[in-house]
Amino acid sequence: MSEAATRGAIEAVWRIESARLLGGLVRVVRDVGLAEDLAQEALITALERWPETGIPENPGAWLMATAKNRAIDQLRRKQRLDRTHEDIATDAITRPPTRPDLETAIDENVGDDLLRLVLVACHPVLSTEARVALTLRLLGGLTTEEIARAFLVPEPTIAQRIVRAKRTLAEAKVPFDVPRGEDLSARLPSVLEVVYLVFNEGYAATRGDDLIRFELCDDALRLGRILAGLVPDEAEVHGLVALMELQASRLRARVGPGGEAIRLFDQDRSRWDQLLIRRGLAALDRAQSLRRPLGPYTLQAAIAACHARAHTNDETDWKRIVALYDALVELTRSPVVELNRAVAVSMAFGPTEALALVDALGDEPLLRGYHLLPSVRGDLLEKLGRTVEAGSEFERAAALTQNVRERALLLGRARACGRRTSGTEPQA
Amino acid sequence: MRVMVIVKATKNSEAGKMPSRELLTAMGKFNEELVKAGIMLDGDGLKPSSTGKRIRFSPGSKRTVIDGPFTETKELVAGYWIWQVKSIDEAVEWARRCPDPMPGEESELEIRPFFEPEDFGADYLEDFKAYEDRLEKGLQDLRQKRIDAEQKLKAKK
Repeated sequence: MSEAATRGAIEAVWRIESARLLGGLVRVVRDVGLAEDLAQEALITALERWPETGIPENPGAWLMATAKNRAIDQLRRKQRLDRTHEDIATDAITRPPTRPDLETAIDENVGDDLLRLVLVACHPVLSTEARVALTLRLLGGLTTEEIARAFLVPEPTIAQRIVRAKRTLAEAKVPFDVPRGEDLSARLPSVLEVVYLVFNEGYAATRGDDLIRFELCDDALRLGRILAGLVPDEAEVHGLVALMELQASRLRARVGPGGEAIRLFDQDRSRWDQLLIRRGLAALDRAQSLRRPLGPYTLQAAIAACHARAHTNDETDWKRIVALYDALVELTRSPVVELNRAVAVSMAFGPTEALALVDALGDEPLLRGYHLLPSVRGDLLEKLGRTVEAGSEFERAAALTQNVRERALLLGRARACGRRTSGTEPQA
Repeated sequence: MRVMVIVKATKNSEAGKMPSRELLTAMGKFNEELVKAGIMLDGDGLKPSSTGKRIRFSPGSKRTVIDGPFTETKELVAGYWIWQVKSIDEAVEWARRCPDPMPGEESELEIRPFFEPEDFGADYLEDFKAYEDRLEKGLQDLRQKRIDAEQKLKAKK
């Protein structure tokens, strides 16, 4: 095998094995920073030796054994230090584990190791940004450089973030026990939030030349699927996976050749990825069978599923979507969700009813400056034939949006409204 | 990237010989690993080519239906997976870990990447343009309908 090919193979082995390796090491050494150092050292040893010896039959076990030996060396050194302490103080010190204990300890339950690693990386003592970086690094196997490129920030920023996160974890003496039952459920929202954030970072990317950003969707999906395997009884994990699979099924259809986003109603449905839709619907079924009432991710997935099941816009079950939004509003109390609900109401019951809902949101402080509020209002007014008012709403929306393409689109709609109402064609 | 991993047929698989319980267990375990790693999207086994059909397209777009079995055993497909991986190297590493799918016979797994939108280049853009045109036409029709309706309404008044 050529050197380049070996390198590629080693990187692939690393991608497959690193999370498990780290998980096993974290359990034993109870320190994320130290575990990562040990794993990195094992990787460096592999990079030195494998080009000559070839890749071992079981590369994961090889890496684990190498890291283990390093850990044992370190513990021995520590033990010697401890013994010196023992000599000085007369108190008996609990001995660190001896070699055989350590070996069996590292090979135990892989699932628990990964779950522990996720929970530590997404621990609430960390900022969301730090959780995202650490999760992608520890669980996703991404390099600091890859994370930096995906999030459009300089590499040292991400490196710093990770270093600080590890320090925070150590200082806060975050426990490394895996919680069970309700305690585990209580910890999951912070994990799901991180995974969905990573997904959205990729989903929001509309530049075709920036493939690494799209790849964040794949990374998030992979994390979500891994998580679903780790905690198969948690409904919301399946709900999140369903939501991501269904949204990802439209990825190809939602970006035009110029990089512009195409709205759901305008998408070519034949471009939707049927394999991901099928997987999304299956994950949704699992989520729905595990828990009632449905959680927020499952509800959003159920809404996405209504679109996925419809072969055309006209086939969309808008009444069901409204009902799902009712439940989602109840849970989240988010005005953005209420605005989306109003759009669904307009499709299910007509623009008059929807306009009343949107008008009720007019004073909502959280929506102040949100361009979609006047944009939706303009749309409803236009449907009601109140084109003059609609035109001025579109103008308002155009002034609020940061997105150049969207502004052009809204100004175009404003002009179209102006033209239809008077014969003198005033330009907006 | 998405890849298809193709399990090539052998004499035994073409003869319809079912895999041993041992192999089924090992494959089950391997599949579980793939699912846990979050890379497995789909996969299944196929019946021998004796149960299959081919549709041959000849010059002049003539279609002929041909019944199995087909002779070129080693090139036939006995099963497949669809994986979502970071690189083809990762797919190779996973495929190396697969239990021998046809014990006692020489067999192969073949890994083939899916086309991605950017592979289509100009054609892909053309396709998009055609779609935009359809969309544009639909919008025009819709607009015309509305204008007609408005005029009718005015005429009534």
